[in-house]
Amino acid sequence: MAGALALQSGPLPDWTAVSPALILALTGLLLFVIDSIDSDSDNTVLLAGLSTVGSLFAFGVAGWFLVEGTGQAATGGAISLYGDALVVDGMSLFFTLIFTIVAAMVCIASLDYVAEQRHQAEFFSLVLFAATGMTLMSMSNSLATAFISLELASLPSYALVAYLKDNRGSVEAALKYFLIGALSSAVFAFGISLVYAATGSLLLSDIASSLGDADGMTGILGMGVLMLLGGFAFKTASVPFHFWAPEAYEGAPAPISAFLSSASKAAGFAIAFRVFVEAFPLGQLPAGVDWVLAFQVLAVVTMTLGNFAAATQENVKRMLAYSSIGHAGYALIGLAALTAGGPNANVLGASMAHLLVYGFMNTGAFLFIALVEYWGVGTTFEDYNGLGARAPMACVAMSVFMFSLAGLPPFGGFFSKYVLFYSAIEAGFWWLAAVGAVNSALSLFYYSRVVKAMWIEDAAPTLELGSKPVGLYTAVIFAAVGTLLLLPAFQPVIETAQTVATALF
Amino acid sequence: MMIEALMAVTFAAALVVFVAPDEYAGRLAAALSLLPVVGSLLMWAQYDASGNALLGGDIAFETDFVWLSLGNLDVHWFVGVDGISLPLLVLTTILTTLAIVSAWTPIDVRQSQFYGLMLFMEANLLGVFTALDFFVWFVFWEAVLVPMYFLIGIWGGPRRKYAAIKFFVYTNIASLVMFIGFIALVFGLGDSVSSMRLPEIAQALRADQLGSFAGLSADALKLVAFVAMFLGFAVKVPVVPLHTWLPDAHVEAPTPASVMLAGVLLKMGTYALLRFNFTMMPDVAKALVVPIAVIAVLSVIYGAILALAQQDLKRIVAYSSVSSMGYVILGLVAYTTYGVGGATFQMIAHGLISGLMFMAVGVIYNTTHTRMLGDMSGIADRMPVTSGIFVAGAFGYMGLPLMAGFAGEFFIFQGSFQSTVHSAMPLFTAAAMFGIVIVAGYLLSAMQRTLFGPFRFDGDYEVTEAAFHDVAPLAVLLLLVIVLGVDPDIFFTMIQQAVNPILETGGGL
Repeated sequence: MAGALALQSGPLPDWTAVSPALILALTGLLLFVIDSIDSDSDNTVLLAGLSTVGSLFAFGVAGWFLVEGTGQAATGGAISLYGDALVVDGMSLFFTLIFTIVAAMVCIASLDYVAEQRHQAEFFSLVLFAATGMTLMSMSNSLATAFISLELASLPSYALVAYLKDNRGSVEAALKYFLIGALSSAVFAFGISLVYAATGSLLLSDIASSLGDADGMTGILGMGVLMLLGGFAFKTASVPFHFWAPEAYEGAPAPISAFLSSASKAAGFAIAFRVFVEAFPLGQLPAGVDWVLAFQVLAVVTMTLGNFAAATQENVKRMLAYSSIGHAGYALIGLAALTAGGPNANVLGASMAHLLVYGFMNTGAFLFIALVEYWGVGTTFEDYNGLGARAPMACVAMSVFMFSLAGLPPFGGFFSKYVLFYSAIEAGFWWLAAVGAVNSALSLFYYSRVVKAMWIEDAAPTLELGSKPVGLYTAVIFAAVGTLLLLPAFQPVIETAQTVATALF
Repeated sequence: MMIEALMAVTFAAALVVFVAPDEYAGRLAAALSLLPVVGSLLMWAQYDASGNALLGGDIAFETDFVWLSLGNLDVHWFVGVDGISLPLLVLTTILTTLAIVSAWTPIDVRQSQFYGLMLFMEANLLGVFTALDFFVWFVFWEAVLVPMYFLIGIWGGPRRKYAAIKFFVYTNIASLVMFIGFIALVFGLGDSVSSMRLPEIAQALRADQLGSFAGLSADALKLVAFVAMFLGFAVKVPVVPLHTWLPDAHVEAPTPASVMLAGVLLKMGTYALLRFNFTMMPDVAKALVVPIAVIAVLSVIYGAILALAQQDLKRIVAYSSVSSMGYVILGLVAYTTYGVGGATFQMIAHGLISGLMFMAVGVIYNTTHTRMLGDMSGIADRMPVTSGIFVAGAFGYMGLPLMAGFAGEFFIFQGSFQSTVHSAMPLFTAAAMFGIVIVAGYLLSAMQRTLFGPFRFDGDYEVTEAAFHDVAPLAVLLLLVIVLGVDPDIFFTMIQQAVNPILETGGGL
């Protein structure tokens, strides 16, 4: 509504640029209001519906801003707010699209998943607050806001992982997640203080401009950068802070696993992209602070480790958790293939586009797991035997996710991986692309196991599926259609991503 | 937009059938699959182009727009047909409909999924034969594997899982090798191409614009890429010694999937060889004529000998496909108008005849539940119509005049005898001709043991004539084989128009 009015009355005031985050936060608060009026509410349809609508509204606003060019070169460049602490530009809007659409899918899928649970309003509001935190992460222009928004995204996530509090796995996973999260937050905060010591600023642009004056403090700066990297590695579930991921994803309610492994990971990348590219621009770095090299090592190790660990799993959810680590490795190419003066916007944009496609296919895959959990079918590959004959539509969707994650045509994941590897080659890092391609080929092994189990193996005679839950089905099919449509519609996505990435350099 | 409409209708039909109830999925699939048949026949009737799509000839039903612009190599949505691809398109649509009808009897579980996958595969095959951008083509090429993997893996025989995985792994590795070879070529061409469109790449390659890449000189790169692509496609064809996945896949696959596998999927390999290796790099092909011709002759003879040694009717037909595809390779490497044109014609002819043979074996199997030569004899007494068509089809396979197989093989032999690419070509041709003798040997002996003689059958099943809808597809195929044999010009004229440009600038004929 506000947007429609503003169209007639000239440009919007600057603060409206953060409205996607505001909408998410307000929806979360509204859920609290509903809960306080009727604290025993078990009206899941209302709660899930409201949070889905809120997320979709935020998605729509962010999409509209992106199309209108808010915060982009066409309309006067990035919008800085609150003493430059936040910045709204094309990249933050692009990432907001990922967070909000994943949040919407997760909320609608949770309709059935939490129907029997208590504290439903809290569940949905925590999801929305986490999404708010992620949106703010993508807008952070200062290390201080980066830290705060990172915590805002993390704290609700810890609680969400522990949501099934009578389930030992869920609680154990949350504790591990929380402990590693706390550790990495401490490392991150320490890194911020070291960078501040070396440069005297927390604002990304000021850090960049005072890099040249950091003589004698290079060692401290280097340590600081390395520690910042640790904080991002935690959020993106990359090596060496990836240990929590398989535990948390396996123990958490499956829709939350979907949320964490898609949206939360993307948020980690959003902040890493901005902090490293803006605060530590290549070509102005003092010698010895070569973060690109660190990301190259991390990318190769992360994708290889994720893939090999995934190949040895017997539990589908855990396999997906490791595959999600592997995909973090692919997305890291976005930072690892940067060079001073190279085609950096193409590389970074390709990584962003991959994260968008990943948002659909990975969320869908975890939501399928949620569906299977809902039916009470087991969690190993063998338990999936014969599902295809009983629930063909959902299994077609899952096959789409698996093939797309493996990077097979004709799905969105094929183009996004292809463009990512292509841009790495273009930037001169053919070996990075080669490692990625080999890993991608290997990943077909474990993804196809799921497909094979569902369609080709015979079902156990005891296999009984319950009703077909509307919310989960809607979300899974929506994600599958999205994954499919991102193949023909990949051109606008990659074009937008690469254009908005240009503004960073 | 004709091609897009054709594909969209087929994809939509696949989706509709997939969610239809099992009881009438088969009827629905057959009815819906008539739409692409009508569409492809309309295209054939309206076809007025000439020349080769890759070498600057007219492209019929062309659509071309940028799909993905990426650095300096755009991906285009670029589809169209010429005289080489149109006959294959018609073959695909007709054979799919007949294969679907032939599935009514044997497929008795999860029917809607089966027919949905058949139509999904058809849609992707249409894509393979019409795509003129490498990327689009590759997407469809890979996508064909997935439904076939499921068709074998779910509805196949006892060892279906092994066969499905073997098929998938073999052909996927082959695709990877081919992909690397082709991409190396594209990088080697550097700035002389601005997209992945095949005509652009083909013309640049023939105009010698290849540069060095990855430390290889232009000539070495061309050779390496040719070999990589040849190997990649050869697995699909398949040629000896890369054929070992084929008998497993065929024996385990349900009959309709075998029909599609032999009738259309194998042609993907020879079609790609013609489009890529032999059109784009005629100089390398001619330099490698001896090894290629040796492989061709080896496939013909060895495939036929293997067929001779089999006791399983389906294995016999499967191995004889290896043998027949050897002729196609021989025709391609001859680089004469009859050689390459005959090879293309043989793709169609073999598609129809091998489809017919697999279907006939399937119909007998539906009744007897065995395919072993020793388990039955005198089937013709009880199943006269099926047996009659089987015999007619087998004679088509042996190359009886006035049947399509005769035309195809005759063109190939004539073309390869005339060939001037190497002085030994007539010798290779003569060697390959012995294949026909062996084919006649094993087919006659197999028929003599199973169909004729006194009726004997060890199983517990009542052996009676098959239902009308089982025999009808056989009769239609036989009719098509005869029509094409009597008047090969239905396709051969357009094939020749499309083939001649390959030879002209390559200095052949």
